[in-house]
Amino acid sequence: MEIMQQLVNGVSLGSIYALIALGYTMVYGIVKLINFAHGDVFMVGAFIGFYSITILDLGFFPSLIISMTACAIMGVLIERIAYKPLRNATRIAALITAIGVSLLIEYGMIYARGAQPEAYPSDIIPVTSLDFLGVKVSSQSLLILGTSVVLMILLQFIVHKTKIGKAMRAVSHDMDAARLMGINVNNTISATFAIGSALAGAAGVAFGMYYTKIEPLMGIIPGLKAFVAAVLGGIGIIPGAMVGGLLLGVIESLVSAAGFSLWRDGVAFVVLILILIFRPAGLLGKNVREKV
Amino acid sequence: MRKKKLAGIFMSFMMAAGVLAGCGGSSSTSGEKDGDTIKIGANLELSGGVASYGQSIEEGIKLALEEINKEGIDGKKLELVTFDNKSDAAEATSGTTKLISQDKVSAIIGAATSTNTLAQVQIAEKNKIPLLTPTGTNPTITNKDGVLSEFVFRTCFIDPFQGTVAANFASKDLKVKNAAIIIDSSSDYAKGLAAAFQEAFEANGGKVIKEEAYVAKDTDFNAILTNIKSAKPDFIFLPGYYEEVGLIIKQARALGIEAPFMGGDGWDSPKLVEIAGNGPLNNTFITNHYSSGDSDPKVQDFVKAFEAKYDGKSPDAFNALGYDSLYFLADAIKRAGSGDPEKIQKALEETDGLELVSGTMKLDENHDPIKSAVILEYKEGKQEFNTKVNP
Repeated sequence: MEIMQQLVNGVSLGSIYALIALGYTMVYGIVKLINFAHGDVFMVGAFIGFYSITILDLGFFPSLIISMTACAIMGVLIERIAYKPLRNATRIAALITAIGVSLLIEYGMIYARGAQPEAYPSDIIPVTSLDFLGVKVSSQSLLILGTSVVLMILLQFIVHKTKIGKAMRAVSHDMDAARLMGINVNNTISATFAIGSALAGAAGVAFGMYYTKIEPLMGIIPGLKAFVAAVLGGIGIIPGAMVGGLLLGVIESLVSAAGFSLWRDGVAFVVLILILIFRPAGLLGKNVREKV
Repeated sequence: MRKKKLAGIFMSFMMAAGVLAGCGGSSSTSGEKDGDTIKIGANLELSGGVASYGQSIEEGIKLALEEINKEGIDGKKLELVTFDNKSDAAEATSGTTKLISQDKVSAIIGAATSTNTLAQVQIAEKNKIPLLTPTGTNPTITNKDGVLSEFVFRTCFIDPFQGTVAANFASKDLKVKNAAIIIDSSSDYAKGLAAAFQEAFEANGGKVIKEEAYVAKDTDFNAILTNIKSAKPDFIFLPGYYEEVGLIIKQARALGIEAPFMGGDGWDSPKLVEIAGNGPLNNTFITNHYSSGDSDPKVQDFVKAFEAKYDGKSPDAFNALGYDSLYFLADAIKRAGSGDPEKIQKALEETDGLELVSGTMKLDENHDPIKSAVILEYKEGKQEFNTKVNP
């Protein structure tokens, strides 16, 4: 029974990683940029959600929507200001800029409101523990898991069934050819950032609801873990982010269950190294077939 | 270089009062300035992870400052220079350097946590400036590996004492036999409390059946709590800081762990209640330095003065220890008769029987106060006075 409980713990932790990893993987899939500021957009989302709940007195869903909208705008601004001028520069230049943007957001937030943590009000969504054969599942973790699955399906739908999705896939395949075919590349990339950042905002609010405590540097570790999750599942592949996130959460829980709780973060990065060595395209990646 | 400056001060005093003396021509000299104010530095966690400790201590210090400056110390007034170390050890170190070299303070109060205080000890020792931590309870602050840090003092009792009090309370009052310990392995404070608890608890015939660890800033504790749950302890000792403690208790109760939790003064923050929620905090206890529910008249006078200054806010232990720290220092300055850091150090060392809000102050040979502790219980988010334990 204990192992079942640990798996449940792992899945609820993993669904947060998955939610953040979805945004990472989308942006990477289109512009081949690892957007390190993604974890910080997640943090800003958590704070916007917090302020709309406490100051504007809104409920969970209106706050979620405000937070997603604000993060989408923020994502587009970041792309237009920081990444667009570097679109034809080397990838390392864009990567370093991403780290710079990440630090700017973190310390900008500390400058604006200080570094002290805030606690999400606990009475927004009633918390109940459901009992399945001695395994406790909190209603909030089901909510988070549900949100990630729904958003993932929505994302798959947008990418594969809509016009903007088709444009995204075309841009990701060949940016110049897409432009020659009359696709507005700038708008497509902006849309990608908007969707990815909105997901980060949603993850931020969900994180705040579930873990209560939010602070300006909260995005760093989940951001890195989500990056590991995205690589694990295969960066650029949407279901891969989901699989990678859940798998990473379960691995971390099992490591703690085995009594090595202090090694948990280390193991996450060992997983990253192993994946990069043995299966650089990730679990759902296609490079094996290409070899044939 | 400092020696030269100090010699300069003494010379200037011998030659004539006040007038510019020949010590390199700089306007202010270390320790004393013009003779009518004495500068005290405060290196506190005013922002960052444990901001609520630093802010509370500062409130206590400011109240004490107001009271002391009404009369002054032999006609001199105290001047407070605060530095925000952002709850970061490296910042704490550079803050102390700044307070000593730029602001030329006579003594420094701070920091709130053991880790951030330990980061300042070397600098205070090297520059021979008294450093007084209001709430740093780790033993190594004043005495590391048997070597006394001569210029370092504290207003609070030390970790082994808190851990021992908690262990005695667990085995004698709660009558529990099997305990689990959850340690913040990145904190010297938590490790110190846990070691003392384990020793005393086992001496009382109890058993520590499970030990788990986490590091500060973790947010998900479900995995280690599931391990704890399956060990079925009837008491859990959790000597961490409020940010993680709040999350741990919340997640533990959601997993169905009903056993009482107990911790030290690191829990003492209103944020704990916000993070954990009222219900989960029921059946939890802390050892602390002071309780506003204590009927001692000295305590009640302080509570009244504090409530008058801060709009009816009831003072917590950090407020009380901040307040006591400045009184402790002021008493030493009065006996030293000047703002000379080395004389203050000597006077602090000789403190005996000074009546403070958090108990009567007497120092042992390690500069550690010997004084009483209180045990508080959380009931619906409020701390209630449970009992007082004398050393």
